[in-house]
Amino acid sequence: SYLPSPGDATSQMVTLIPGDGIGPEVTKSVVDVVAAMAAPITWERFDYLSGSEGGKVPRTSVPKEILDSIRRNGVCLKGTLFTQLDQNNTNTQSLNVQLRKDLDLHVNVVHGYSIPGLSTRHSGLDIAVIRENTEGEYSGLEHEVVDGVVESLKVITYEKSLRTAQYAFEFAYLNHRKKVSAIHKANIMKQGDGTFLKACREVARNFPRIQYEEVIVDNTCMQLVTRPQQFDVMVTPNLYGNLVSNVVAGLCGGFGVVPGGNIGDGVAVFEQGARHVGKDLAGHGVANPTATLLSTAMMLRHLKLAGFADRLDAAVLQVYKDGDKSVLTPDVGGTGTLLRFTEAVVRNLEDTDNKTD
Amino acid sequence: SARVMGYATKTFEATLFPGDGIGPEIASAVKEIFSAARIPVVWDEQHIGKAPDPRTNSMVTRENLDSVLKHKIGLKGPMATPIGKGFRSLNLTLRKELDLYANVRPCFNIPGYKTRYDGINLVTVRENTEGEYSGLEHEVVPGVVESLKVITRKASSRIAEFAFAYARENGRQKVSAVHKANIMKKADGLFLECCREAATKYPDIKYEELIVDNACMQLVSNPTQFDVLVMPNLYGDIISDLCAGLVGGLGLTPSMNIGLNGLALAEAVHGTAPDIAGKNKANPTALLLSSCMMLRHIGRKQDADNIQNAVISVIAEGKWRTADLGGNSTTTDFTKAIIDKLE
Ligand SMILES: Nc1ncnc2c1ncn2[C@@H]1O[C@H](COP(=O)(O)OP(=O)(O)OP(=O)(O)O)[C@@H](O)[C@H]1O
Ligand SMILES: Nc1ncnc2c1ncn2[C@@H]1O[C@H](COP(=O)(O)OP(=O)(O)OP(=O)(O)O)[C@@H](O)[C@H]1O
Ligand SMILES: [Mg+2]
Ligand SMILES: [Mg+2]
Repeated sequence: SYLPSPGDATSQMVTLIPGDGIGPEVTKSVVDVVAAMAAPITWERFDYLSGSEGGKVPRTSVPKEILDSIRRNGVCLKGTLFTQLDQNNTNTQSLNVQLRKDLDLHVNVVHGYSIPGLSTRHSGLDIAVIRENTEGEYSGLEHEVVDGVVESLKVITYEKSLRTAQYAFEFAYLNHRKKVSAIHKANIMKQGDGTFLKACREVARNFPRIQYEEVIVDNTCMQLVTRPQQFDVMVTPNLYGNLVSNVVAGLCGGFGVVPGGNIGDGVAVFEQGARHVGKDLAGHGVANPTATLLSTAMMLRHLKLAGFADRLDAAVLQVYKDGDKSVLTPDVGGTGTLLRFTEAVVRNLEDTDNKTD
Repeated sequence: SARVMGYATKTFEATLFPGDGIGPEIASAVKEIFSAARIPVVWDEQHIGKAPDPRTNSMVTRENLDSVLKHKIGLKGPMATPIGKGFRSLNLTLRKELDLYANVRPCFNIPGYKTRYDGINLVTVRENTEGEYSGLEHEVVPGVVESLKVITRKASSRIAEFAFAYARENGRQKVSAVHKANIMKKADGLFLECCREAATKYPDIKYEELIVDNACMQLVSNPTQFDVLVMPNLYGDIISDLCAGLVGGLGLTPSMNIGLNGLALAEAVHGTAPDIAGKNKANPTALLLSSCMMLRHIGRKQDADNIQNAVISVIAEGKWRTADLGGNSTTTDFTKAIIDKLE
């Protein structure tokens, strides 16, 4: 059994940003489920953050009180924010990117795995994509040199590459993983991606028990759609990580089921693994809360509430094992709603509670 | 009609780079099949130099380039990249010198050869000259590298126009522009602007835009929704390989590079496969299907269909398949089987 330190049962404050699109719905599912479990979590909520909804003036930066809240609490759960783009506003950097940069959430982790009961083209997948989250193609440095010629800067630093690589190997080690694959395009971007690889090799040397390989990004994507089981932990610069994690999400059942999180020094922000606003689905009550619920389980584990995390994972996965189409959401072939799915998770939690009582 | 007959028998010249490794074997399969199909081609066979040509600063010689420029049409096998430090890579030289600005890759399921995906029939159109492949990089201070992605209106319009024209000529319904303009607002924004402009000139073709990460996920979960995809260089590189994977890998997917004034160089995008080179085991399908693209490009649709149908029905039948497709036929037997199926 788990021997807590005195006081470990004290409720912990977690920042909650429902976000836009389907965000408010899927995070409501989380709030309901966490309440049903009576997990020691107190939410500090920030609604309407982006201000882009409901005819309000779109926000161009993340309010300081929210950043302060996350810094103070150390942990946050969020939906994706919508960044308003229009002719007059081409300079605003995505609010999501700003938040990650401001908090220096330097890695993004997406964990794609085959969910028993959910039929997909491939089975037996268990892939963690560890992605550099703050630089690379997301530098935001762009300019029009002369009319019709735009330069966009990709910035790769040894320092950030090194801490991403370090995290990937630590993740592999602590989760008992066998292999880390570094994804790159160093044959073209010899210096940029070359620097990233140099950092990966450096770290790999300190983890002799973990196998290390390097795979070019286009080949990676081809391998992923033909033999994805060969991958274990993948470590990537920012943009490739975005693409690879979305491929992995697609292989594992879609945006709706793959969890993830962003980690920095002393801060962690959990969100759906493949980050999308899902404006098209918003308000229809049919978004799939699985990804965000599984991210919540990751969050609970991060908060050393492993018992709650395990129960939550089990309750969510049980819905897929049961395979009742009237409960599952349309993105995974069901006819259910977010609410029905959430109710099923809560029921599963109660069932296991009753069994152990 | 007589005119068509006349055209069909009119001799034409085309450059052929057999290439290295398995290249010569699959190139000779193409030559045999072309002559069995009575295609009046005269191949101008070209070989990359053994030493760098100072006139091109590459192993690709001036004569190589002149051959393609003269015939305006060519077929290229896989080439081993010589590690000639300080000299330009073969592909880069060909691309730059011939201004091959578009790379076109059709991806479709070959009936009878099962993969995990069915009903795919899409084409990726990739900008081939700029973007992340500018080659402009520098180390600002130790440990800090900047790489430049360059997007120009000229190249973006050209590729967008090409994609729409290709869609119309090939009876396709929809063009999807793939981008990351939510992050690279100016660069990918310019690319999108050019696509939108081209779209207005083709009201008969449906137009949509997709963020590249969403495109990746959609491609692996529901690829049949796509028709023609157009994108900047890096996304094109990644997505065209991903699509090839969906239908069975690079051994089956054809490709063609398009240059100015209709110049085109079709190529097999797979490697030289040194492990099986010279063993009569190579699968010539990718090069053959590429040669069909070449034929279509110069208006010889019937010839292209004749060969393509023969290749597909041999693979579909399953009796003659090379090792990469799970069979044990030799290149020679596979080639003979195709010849037997020609009209
Ligand atoms: N949790 C979820 N459950 C169900 N569907 C989801 C979920 N998350 C995202 N999606 C769907 O994934 C798709 C992509 O999301 P979104 O529209 O935000 O992406 P995008 O990259 O902005 O693409 P686009 O530009 O096409 O809108 C949408 O159809 C969205 O509804
Ligand atoms: N203005 C917008 N237009 C369309 N979609 C948007 C917009 N803003 C956000 N999105 C959606 O939210 C997702 C995340 O957008 P954002 O710009 O914050 O990128 P991100 O999450 O930092 O990047 P990545 O998708 O690379 O992880 C996009 O893929 C898209 O689905
Ligand atoms: Mg995204
Ligand atoms: Mg490639």
